[in-house]
Amino acid sequence: MCNHYKEKITTKILSNKTIADNVYEMQLTVPSIVKEARAGQFVNLYLKDESKLLPRPISICEVDIQTNILTLVYAVFGEGTRIISGYMAGSDIQIMGPFGNGYELTEGGTHLLVGGGVGTPPLVELAKRLSGEIIVVVGFKSETYLVEELKKYATVYVATDDGSTGFHGTVVDVLDAHNLRTGKVYACGPKPMLKALQNWVEESQLEAQLSLEERMGCGFGACVGCVVKVISDNEAGYDYKKVCVDGPVFNSKEVIFS
Amino acid sequence: MKLSVSIAGVEFKNPVFTGSGTFNSGREFVEFVDLSKIGAVVVKGVANKPWLGNPSPRIAETYGGMLNSVGLQNLGVDHFIKEDVPFLRRYDTKIVVNLAGKTIEEYCEVADKLRYADVDMLELNISCPNVKEGGVAFGVNAEMAALVTREVKACSKQPLLVKLSPNVTDIVSIAKAVEAAGADGLTMINTLIGMKIDVHKRKPVLANKMGGLSGPAIKPVGIRMVYQAAKEVGIPIIGLGGIMTGEDAIEYLMAGASAIAVGTANLVNPSATMEVLQGIIDYMNLYGVTDIKDLVGVIA
Repeated sequence: MCNHYKEKITTKILSNKTIADNVYEMQLTVPSIVKEARAGQFVNLYLKDESKLLPRPISICEVDIQTNILTLVYAVFGEGTRIISGYMAGSDIQIMGPFGNGYELTEGGTHLLVGGGVGTPPLVELAKRLSGEIIVVVGFKSETYLVEELKKYATVYVATDDGSTGFHGTVVDVLDAHNLRTGKVYACGPKPMLKALQNWVEESQLEAQLSLEERMGCGFGACVGCVVKVISDNEAGYDYKKVCVDGPVFNSKEVIFS
Repeated sequence: MKLSVSIAGVEFKNPVFTGSGTFNSGREFVEFVDLSKIGAVVVKGVANKPWLGNPSPRIAETYGGMLNSVGLQNLGVDHFIKEDVPFLRRYDTKIVVNLAGKTIEEYCEVADKLRYADVDMLELNISCPNVKEGGVAFGVNAEMAALVTREVKACSKQPLLVKLSPNVTDIVSIAKAVEAAGADGLTMINTLIGMKIDVHKRKPVLANKMGGLSGPAIKPVGIRMVYQAAKEVGIPIIGLGGIMTGEDAIEYLMAGASAIAVGTANLVNPSATMEVLQGIIDYMNLYGVTDIKDLVGVIA
C-alpha cells in the first residue's frame, strides 16, 4: 500500500510583507510543494481562526528549488485574506497543495504573457520556466508590482488605468499599440480583462490559455462549488467545469464569460 | 473494540460515513485517505440524467459554516454505474447512492437502474434546498414525504434511507411518516436554508441568492433533531450536520444516531473521516466502551 497521503503541512512564515497597496508577499519553506509545483497552480492556506472554515486559494508566484522557498503574492480581497495579511513572520501556518492544472508549456517560439492586477503573480514562475522570446504585458489600476521580477525573464510592457506608470489604458490597448499579435498567449487577471483578451486572441487567431478565478470551497474538486461555464456539445450548449481541478487554466476557446 | 454497525441488514465496518455532496464518488479523496477505512461512501446525488447545476458563485463562507448552491450537478446514473461503481468497488467500503430527482418518476428511474448495480444502499434525497422542483418540496410535508418514500421504496431493490430536511416545523411527524411508508433508515440532517448579502455590492453572495448552510454552525440543530426523531422511530438514523471531530460524532451517537456522516469537514480537511474515526476510538478507549452500540441513544 502507498502510505504517502497528501496532507496539510504546518510551516513557519518566513516573511509576510506589503509590496503595494493591499498587496502582500508571503514566503514559506515548503519542500514538497516547491518540488511539485508548476506555473499556474495554487495552494490552499488555512486560517487559524476555526470559525473561518474554508481554505483561501492563493496562486503560486514563484518557487525556488535551491532554497525550497515558496513565494505567494496575494491581494487583500475579503476578511480571510485580511487576516492572513496580519500573520507575522515566524508564526505557523497550515498549507496544502499544489492544486490545479497549471499552464501547459511549450519549448521555444514567442510567448505572450498577459496579466492584470493580482493576476500577475503566476506569470513570474511562468516567465522563468518558458524558453524562447518572452513578452509580458501587465496592467494595474495605478500602483505596479512584480515588474522588476518579470524583467529578469522577459520584455515587459506596463499599462495603468490612470496612466501613472507606462501606457495609459488596458493590456489589450498595449497589445494593439505595439502590434504584439504573435506567439502563444498565457493570461491571468480579472474577468473583464480575460473577456476582452478572449475577443482579441480570437481576432488575432492566436491560441490562449486563461487562468480563471472563482470563489472556491475545498480547492480539490470535491464540493463542485467553483465552476466556470464552458462550451459543450450537449443539449444546453454549455456545461460547468471546476476551476480548481479542471483549471484554473482553460483554453480560451472553451470559456463562456457571462 | 466493536466498531461495526448493522443497518437494514448491511454490515458497515465502522460508523463513519461520508455526507452526500461533500465527497463526490470518492475519486478526489484517494490522494488523502484510504477509502477502505471508511464505513461507507455516500456518493453525491445521482439523477436519471446529467444535471448542470446552478451558476457561480455557488459557495459562501459564513461564521462557522458555509452556504452552497451547487444544485446537484451530476453526470447521471448511467455514468455513475459505468464509471463510479467499479471505481468504488476497488475499495473495501460500502456504497450508498444518494438519489436525486425532480419527480417520483425520476427517482424511480434511478433506483430502477441501480437494481442491477453493485451498490449496498440507497439514500432518497428529499431535502436538497437548491433545486426548485422535487428535492426539498417532498421533504417539508409529512404526506408528501411518505408518498415519495412509499413509491421509491417500491421500485428499489436495495435498502432505502431517506434524508430529511431540517427546514420544517415538526421533524418528528415527518420522521414517523417516512418510517411508516417503509424507509429502512433516516439520514438527518440536510442543510439549513440560508442567505448571505455582500453589503458593499448590495447583492447576495450566491448567484442563486439562497443556499444550504452546513458546517459546525448547524450541529446543535442536527443533534436536537436526531434526538427528537430517535425517541419516536424504530429505524436507524445516520446523523450528520457539522461533525468535525470524534467528539462531535459521539454527540450524534448519544443523541440516537446508529452511524454518522462527515460532510463539510471533508472540504476543510480531506482526511477528516479518518480523524473522526480515530477520535471515536480514542473516546471509546478513554471510557472503556467496547461496543459502539453501547453509545447509541444513551441520552434519556
